[in-house]
Amino acid sequence: MFILKLILRNAFRHKLRAILTVVGVAVAILAFGLLRTLVGLWYLGVESSSSTRLISRNAISLVFSLPIAYHDRIRQVSGVTNVASANWFGGIYINEKNFFPNFAVEPKPYLELYPEFVLSPEESRAFIFDKRGAIAGRKLATKYGWKPGDQITLKGTIFPGQWEFILRGIYRGAQKSTDETQFLFHWDYLNETLKKTIPRRADQAGIYVVGVARPEQAAEVAQAIDKTFKNSLAETLTETEKAFQLGFVSMTEAIMIAIQIVSYVVIVIIMVVAANTMAMTARERISEYATMKTLGFGPWHIAWIVFGESLIIAVAGGLVGIALTFPASHWIETTLSQYFPVFIISPVTILMQFLAALLVGVVAGIFPTWRGATIRIADGLRRIG
Amino acid sequence: MGIPYYYSFRNLWTRRLTTLLTAIGMALVVFVFAATLMLAEGLQKTLVDTGSYDNVVTIRRSSQSEVQSGVERVQASIVESQPEIAVGADGRPLVAKELVVLFYLTKRGSTKPANVVIRGVGPESHLLRPQVKLVQGRMPCPGSSEIMAGASIAKRFQGCGIGEKLRFAMRDWTVVGIFDAGSTGFSSEVWGDVDQLMQAFRRPVYSSVLFKLRDTGDFSKVKARLESDPRLTLEAKRETRYYLDQSEAMAKFLRILGLTLTIIFSLGAVIGAMITMYAAVANRVVEIGTLRALGFRRGSILTAFILESLFLGLLGGVVGVFCASFMQLITISTMNWQSFAELAFNFALTPGIIVESLLFSLFMGLSGGLLPAFRAARLNIVDALRSS
Repeated sequence: MFILKLILRNAFRHKLRAILTVVGVAVAILAFGLLRTLVGLWYLGVESSSSTRLISRNAISLVFSLPIAYHDRIRQVSGVTNVASANWFGGIYINEKNFFPNFAVEPKPYLELYPEFVLSPEESRAFIFDKRGAIAGRKLATKYGWKPGDQITLKGTIFPGQWEFILRGIYRGAQKSTDETQFLFHWDYLNETLKKTIPRRADQAGIYVVGVARPEQAAEVAQAIDKTFKNSLAETLTETEKAFQLGFVSMTEAIMIAIQIVSYVVIVIIMVVAANTMAMTARERISEYATMKTLGFGPWHIAWIVFGESLIIAVAGGLVGIALTFPASHWIETTLSQYFPVFIISPVTILMQFLAALLVGVVAGIFPTWRGATIRIADGLRRIG
Repeated sequence: MGIPYYYSFRNLWTRRLTTLLTAIGMALVVFVFAATLMLAEGLQKTLVDTGSYDNVVTIRRSSQSEVQSGVERVQASIVESQPEIAVGADGRPLVAKELVVLFYLTKRGSTKPANVVIRGVGPESHLLRPQVKLVQGRMPCPGSSEIMAGASIAKRFQGCGIGEKLRFAMRDWTVVGIFDAGSTGFSSEVWGDVDQLMQAFRRPVYSSVLFKLRDTGDFSKVKARLESDPRLTLEAKRETRYYLDQSEAMAKFLRILGLTLTIIFSLGAVIGAMITMYAAVANRVVEIGTLRALGFRRGSILTAFILESLFLGLLGGVVGVFCASFMQLITISTMNWQSFAELAFNFALTPGIIVESLLFSLFMGLSGGLLPAFRAARLNIVDALRSS
C-alpha cells in the first residue's frame, strides 16, 4: 500500500511532464486503435459474406460478362437453390465525388439471397413491381436526403447514358456491419434499355449470385457449375462470396500492409518518448534511490517504484486513448460516411490497445528500473542532479 | 559562435541518451512522412511517365478509362482520318487502334489473383510509344497467338516468362518476348495482336484510339472537332493528362492518408521534444541564471534554447530522410482503383520531398521547444541563481 502511494506521488511529481507523457501515449493509442479498425474495415466485406452464396463470373475477368442463358443452366445444377443475375453498374450521381456502389440486380431472387438487406414487405413489393424502381441503403438515403418516390438520375460509365430511377424503398442492415450504402435497381431495366441502344451488349449478366442450401455443398456446386461451361466461349469461375471478396482485397493488400506497419510505428514512437521521460525521471532521482537504499529498502522495492511509475503513466495514457476512441470513431462514421460506411471498434482492438499501452510502460521502464535497482549507495549519493 | 549557442549544442551531447531518444522519435515521424509522400510521388511519376505529351487518347465519353471504353470500328476510322495526325516514315498515319481488357493472372508462388491489363496493339503502337523496348526474345508475329509481357509482369506472374504459355479465351498464347518500358505503366501490361485478341475475346469494338499530333498546338482544334462530331461519342485527352487522371484518386488517397497519419504521429514526437526541452530548462536553471548574470540578454537565452530544439528536430529529420531514402529500393505492386489493374511502382525521392521533410522536422522541433524556451528566457536572475 505504501509503495503504491509512493508510486502515485512520484508519477505526478512533475505534473507537466507526466501530463504531457499521458497525452502522448493517449494520442498514440488512439491512432493505433483507429488504424487497426481501418485495416479491419478493408476485410469487412470478406467477413460479412455468407458461406451459402457463390459468385459465378467470366473466367477471363470481371470485364467480361456471361450470357443470360447461363441463368437457367446454373439453376439446374443440383444443389443450387437460387440464382440472381447482377451487374456492377458503376453509375455516377451528379459528379464523380459522390461515389457509392450501384448494382443492377434481379430484385426477387437477389433480396432472397441477401436476407441482411431488410425492407418492409410493402417497400419490397413496390420495388419488385416497378421496373424503374430502385432501393438504397439507409446511410446512402440519409446522406443525399432521398425519400421513397424520389427520382434519381445516374450517369452511366460502363453503360452510356442518363439512367433514371424511382426510389421505392430504403433498406436497413440486419447486422451493424451490413453495408448500408448500396444502390440496387432492376437488372431488367438495364437489359431492356441495352436492347434498344446497344443490342450487342444486351442479354449479358456480369455475375450470377448462386445460393446453395448448406455451406458444405459450396465447393461441390462451384465445381459442377464450372464443369458445365468448360470449353465454352464464356467459361465461368465460381467461388464462394468470401473468396470473391478476398480476391478484391488481396489486390490492394500492399497498402493495407503498409498501414498495418505504420500502426506499429506509432507505438514505437511513443515508446521512445515514454522511455525518454522515464530515463530523465530516474536520472534526476538517483540520489533519492540511494537515500532509500540507505534507509533499508532493497533493490526490489526500488525496482517496483520505478517500474510501477512507468506502468501507471502508460496505462493512464492508454485508458484515456481507449476512451477517446469511441467519440473519434463516431465522428468518423458520421462525417466520413462515404469512405467508411461502418466504423466499429471491435473488442479485440480495445484489448490490443490496452496491451500496447502496457507494452509501452514495460519497455519504457526497463532501463530506469535496472539503473535504480543496481545503483550503489555511495555512487548515488555522490551524484549531483 | 556566442557562448549560449555553443553551450546549447554541448548540452545536447552531454545528455546523449535523451537527445538520441527524442531524435529517434522525430526520425520515425519524418520517416513515415517522407515514405508516404514518396509513395504517392512514385505512383504519379509512373503513370505520368507512361504518357507522351504529343499523343492523344480517344475513349468513349464518360467512360473514364480505356477498360470501360468502347470505340466502334466506324468511329475509329473517322478518328483515323483527321488531318492533324502525324505521318510515319512509311507514309501511314501514326494511329493505333487498341483493345484493352483485364484478365486474371496468378502471382508466382501463390494462388492470389490479380487483374492484369492485356493490350491488343497494332503495328503503329510501338512507334507511338518509343519508351517500350524489347529486352528479350522477339516481337510477336502479327496474326498469331503470340504475346509479349512487360518486365515487371514477367517476373511476378505465373506463365508470363519467355517461352511459357497462357491459356485464356479458348486458346494457348505463347510468350515470345519480354519488353521493358522503364518505370511506366506499360511494364505492368501484356501486349498481343489487336485483331487476334478481338477475335478471341469476341469483342468487336476497340477500347481506344491513340494518335500522335503532327503539331503539338493542334490539340484543341482536333479535340473540338472530334467531340462535336455527331457520329462520334468520344472524348479526346492528351496521353499525359489521361494517365494523370488515372492516378489522381489513388495519389490523393495516399497523400491524405500520409498527412493525417503524420499529423497524429507528430503530436507524439512534439510532446517528446517538449518533455526533453522542459527537462533541459529545469536542469539548467542555475546555469541560465549565471548566463544572465554575466550579461546575456533574455533574447540570447531564448534563441539558444530554440536553436537547441531546432537542431534536435533537424537531427531527427536528417536521420528520417536518410532511412526513407532506402525505401527507393522497394517496388510496390497494387491495384490502381481507377483502372482496376495491377500496377508496379517504386518509392520516388525528389528534392522537394527532402526539403518538405526537413522543414517538417524543424517545425516539430520548433513547436516542441518554443514554450520551454520562453520559460527559460523569462526566468528571474535572482530566483534562478538561488534555486539549487
